[in-house]
Amino acid sequence: MDEMISLGIEGTAHTIGVGLVKNTKHHCDVLSNEMKTFRPEKGGIHPRKAANHHAQHIASLIEKAITTADITKDKIDLVSFSKGPGLGPCLRTAATAARALSLSLNKPIIGVNHCVAHIEIGRGTIPDCTDPVLLYTSGANTQVIAFANRKYRVFGETLDIGIGNCLDKFGRSIDIPFPSGPHIEQYALKGKNYLSLPYSVKGMDIAFSGLLTAAQQYYQNNNAIEDICYSIQETTFAALTEVTERAMAQLGKDEVLLGGGVAANQRLRNMVDTMAKERDARFFVPTKYLCVDNGAMIAWLGLIMYQSGMRMTLADTTIDQRFRTDMVDVIWRE
Amino acid sequence: MNNNLLYQGAEAKLILSSYLGRKVIIKFRINKNYRIKEIDELLISSRTKEEAKLIYQARKQGVYVPFIYDVDIQKGIITMQYISGKRIKDFFDDISDDERKKLCIKIGQSIARLHNTDIIHGDITTSNMMYMDNNVYFIDFGLGEMNTELEAKGVDLHVLMETMESTHSIHASFFRFVLEGYASLYKGDIDQVKRKIDDIIMRGRYR
Repeated sequence: MDEMISLGIEGTAHTIGVGLVKNTKHHCDVLSNEMKTFRPEKGGIHPRKAANHHAQHIASLIEKAITTADITKDKIDLVSFSKGPGLGPCLRTAATAARALSLSLNKPIIGVNHCVAHIEIGRGTIPDCTDPVLLYTSGANTQVIAFANRKYRVFGETLDIGIGNCLDKFGRSIDIPFPSGPHIEQYALKGKNYLSLPYSVKGMDIAFSGLLTAAQQYYQNNNAIEDICYSIQETTFAALTEVTERAMAQLGKDEVLLGGGVAANQRLRNMVDTMAKERDARFFVPTKYLCVDNGAMIAWLGLIMYQSGMRMTLADTTIDQRFRTDMVDVIWRE
Repeated sequence: MNNNLLYQGAEAKLILSSYLGRKVIIKFRINKNYRIKEIDELLISSRTKEEAKLIYQARKQGVYVPFIYDVDIQKGIITMQYISGKRIKDFFDDISDDERKKLCIKIGQSIARLHNTDIIHGDITTSNMMYMDNNVYFIDFGLGEMNTELEAKGVDLHVLMETMESTHSIHASFFRFVLEGYASLYKGDIDQVKRKIDDIIMRGRYR
């Protein structure tokens, strides 16, 4: 039998993505990974506007992903989509496209957990990455996730806002565009003076809102933007690295994986890499387009779930805005 | 003097040593190269100072904690009594339900004693509790603080609840006995504490 090919549709937040993957000897072979990101002119993501954006682009992305993968539609064996967590209108748009595609191709459909997809794409595409602690940092999500007792469990998470959200909110208050992370990273490179900011670690949990307020106050008091950005990065990333290390120590795991949009930040990568080296652990980060929200990771998780025997009927393909990481039974791992 | 590395955690090394003829633990906070010096030094000195202070305060409330012999705030070193018992994490899932229930009640009572004088441990996990001579010893107050707010008490208990759910998932329901023990000694309004914990649970993503 030929290796199965899975098409995945991601649509939890600002990105609509379509990817095609196949399973080559338990390795994820990415055939294509196309995406379009909704960028609001002003403010945060408006769910309906983002969903309209996704609806506008989904059909052409599917065509493009199939063309790039250099296959014909009939070679697709499975349709996967992001069931949650995320913004309702965005999730519904992706799910509707997946259902329509599944019905028209007459192929099975499977809905997957977006956060779990971030960890599985790392395990699938990086050969030495087998049992990592995932530091998942994106706009809405900031979680430290690891496999324990048949589930991906959340060992630590933000108690208020996600790190990406914290960066974006700060960016908005100083009028830099969304997403603000890359701009803050550039400013931070020129920062020299560390301005003390609240460092909020509670066990393995973390909080950012106090720091955000303090950073905004520094801005109002005319401190240099470069210094504020530098201090925000140093403080938040040190806290993220610390909670990740705590989870690794508690679980006795010696692999760490990054995922989510903020994982593109070079300073965060360096910190986690340094932490890993100091405890003889290995550090992994997927390629950039597999780190951000993308269709390939959804395709891959759907594929390994399907191949481990999981099935869904059309009636099961509802969305779940509050689909928690630890709600998934991980039957594909020992 | 024999110095043996007993345990290396994420944050500190525990060295087994002797001090004036007594068996002691030297807790030595590790410098972290991933963070800048300003943050590293501040975290190490403030946590060392706070920890020594909280251990002393906890003892005054009748909570079992190690004796402290010496503190070096700049270097981040605390020299304290060696607790020869077992870590609760290492046997929590292996004892009978009845024993586990009694243990949880004891844990809850100790946490109430701490909270009655606004001592927040900050990291109540089963790795940070030891069992010796039928008593539960609290170690590692490194993330602790004095805090009068209900919020801090709720978060403190929530950390333990999460540990039980993640590390001892099959016995996570025993957290209710922790609350039972807590309620028996807590001087404030227990219903407020329980509501606060529920609030905090709901704050996690997608609850």
